[in-house]
Amino acid sequence: MYKNFLRYIISVLFLLGVSGQANADFKVGFVYVGPTGDHGWTYQHDEGRKAVEAAGIKTTYVESVPEGADAERVIRQLAQSGHDLIFTTSFGYMDPTNKVAKDFPNVKFEHATGYKREHSNVSTYSARFYEGRTLLGHMAGKMTKTNVIGYIASFPIPEVIRGINAMTLAAQKVNPDIKTKIVWVFTWYDPGKESEAAQALIDQGADVIMQHTDSTAPVQVAEKAGVWSFGQASDMQRFAPKSILTSIIDDWAPYYVERSIAARDGTWKQQDTWHGLKEGMVAMAPYNSAMGSDLVKEVEQLQKDLASGKTHSFTGPIYDQKGNILVAEGSVADDGMLAGMNVYVKGVEGDIPQ
Amino acid sequence: MSFDLNFIGILIGAIMASSVPLILAASGELITERSGVLNLGVEGMMIIGAISGFALMVITDNLFLAVIGSMLSGLIISIIFGVLTQSLLTNHVATGLALTIFGIGMSAMIGKNFVGIPGKEFPLLFVNLKENVPFLGPILFGHSIILYFAFLLPFLTNYFLKKTKIGLIIRAVGDSPTSASNQGINVTLVRYSCILYGGAMCGLAGAYLSLIYTPQWIENMTGGRGWIALALVVFATWSPIKVLIGALIFGGITILQLHMQAVGLRIPVQLLSALPYIMTIIVLVVISRDSRKIKLNTPTSLGQIFYKEK
Repeated sequence: MYKNFLRYIISVLFLLGVSGQANADFKVGFVYVGPTGDHGWTYQHDEGRKAVEAAGIKTTYVESVPEGADAERVIRQLAQSGHDLIFTTSFGYMDPTNKVAKDFPNVKFEHATGYKREHSNVSTYSARFYEGRTLLGHMAGKMTKTNVIGYIASFPIPEVIRGINAMTLAAQKVNPDIKTKIVWVFTWYDPGKESEAAQALIDQGADVIMQHTDSTAPVQVAEKAGVWSFGQASDMQRFAPKSILTSIIDDWAPYYVERSIAARDGTWKQQDTWHGLKEGMVAMAPYNSAMGSDLVKEVEQLQKDLASGKTHSFTGPIYDQKGNILVAEGSVADDGMLAGMNVYVKGVEGDIPQ
Repeated sequence: MSFDLNFIGILIGAIMASSVPLILAASGELITERSGVLNLGVEGMMIIGAISGFALMVITDNLFLAVIGSMLSGLIISIIFGVLTQSLLTNHVATGLALTIFGIGMSAMIGKNFVGIPGKEFPLLFVNLKENVPFLGPILFGHSIILYFAFLLPFLTNYFLKKTKIGLIIRAVGDSPTSASNQGINVTLVRYSCILYGGAMCGLAGAYLSLIYTPQWIENMTGGRGWIALALVVFATWSPIKVLIGALIFGGITILQLHMQAVGLRIPVQLLSALPYIMTIIVLVVISRDSRKIKLNTPTSLGQIFYKEK
């Protein structure tokens, strides 16, 4: 009798707990690929999360989640523990996110930088970082003396290749002699490896370094070696005050707040978002005055033109490495082509790792 | 790739710098293993050394204290391993693995407040000679004191093990703890000392990463180097000099493959990334073919629990 009563109490409490979670406690979960203190990619996502929290919505996050089997476990765990909306913030979470989404039709999922929306509860979002890369290319082309631009690349995915191409096209426009040298490190975040890659590129004659990895190690190496560099994802200026010309900043906060509120109020719908300089999802850190006021003005104008749509990062004619035409003269690359970009443009050295 | 001598000098300098943590950690572990103790906690002790060194640097603003502190913290954490395996007679492998997991978690927890703080410039020696002497300059000069120590260490270790009485005792304990004990040697004390020494060297290896190589604190910043150091000891068949050679090959190919990429050599990048591991194993296996020497160097009682019957 006594035992049965206890059982009853426990089950009632349990049911209360479950129903309570579904109604009152709206919770948003975040999955990060690096630590929140990387001062790069994950740091900016966490700034976005804080903005959601400031809007009065409860959030939790899991950091340093490897892209692989672990990711699915973590996403599933968040879905099971009563989160109503889950942001998965790295390209490699694409398949795990869709897999978990299938099993939790009542939970909403938002996957960053991917293209798979296999279920109606999965949205994707990304920023047009390549617009920032165009600005970087313009500066790099003007600032380089050796005509060698060093590029630390992470994984051969369209996002990274798009950045390399956008940068190279813009640099070629102002300096036809430039060469882009690329080192693939196959990691988003490994300061030791990133700094070795930066040093190798500098030793190979690069006097401008840029990175598509998340730690501050490459800009610190550049600072030490006295070459130019660009910050990635957040303003890394204080790690290399002399060397950094600017940083591409990802501003996720407005999007995160908007989507969280929509999910809470029941107006959330599946969508694919790709915002850039125009909407402010991509922003530029203050330009280093060391590049001269003329160049700063030029770049600021280019930034305005990119934001207004007057200029496009991928304006024809664009050729691939073999000289085949990719984008005809007078037209611009459409979003479908940009999203699936998997060839280098003319002027980039080497092959894309398969 | 430009092939002038000075460039090759710079390259060799970079290779030396990247192999320092491996040399330090592997030399420490070598002494531990020579006494018959298999401590798989190298990665954990390194990462604890890395965060302790960095935290002390931020708090005290004194690099000397930071380096000493990192060694002490590596030593302290190895005491846990010592007490468990030597006094409580737990399994070496399981305890070592636990130590690594503990170290990584613990360092992440301590490190929360130290993320994103730029490191301090570590003084480098003979910087003007580095720039003015062609070829040899970047190889011999412009390094930190820890690098010079690391390159001396394998030779000191070799001498210590082969030519000193304490070295002989350590080898005796590693080969046959029972016989050593019958000779009146306190096996537990010797093994404790070797564990603590190994811990201190791993701590120093970690501090090299967080204070000199990539001067900042980053979670999990040792990135598996502890495991590579462990493997080096085995593949170098417990010879300090071969540990040095192995560490240099590993560091060398790691750096060279980045250069090969930057040059645009048409070799699959995945193969290039795997090259350091493959080449290090091949070279060490080839140079350690002499089975008589292997027998001489291998601590026979490695990983076995020893207790004195009373």
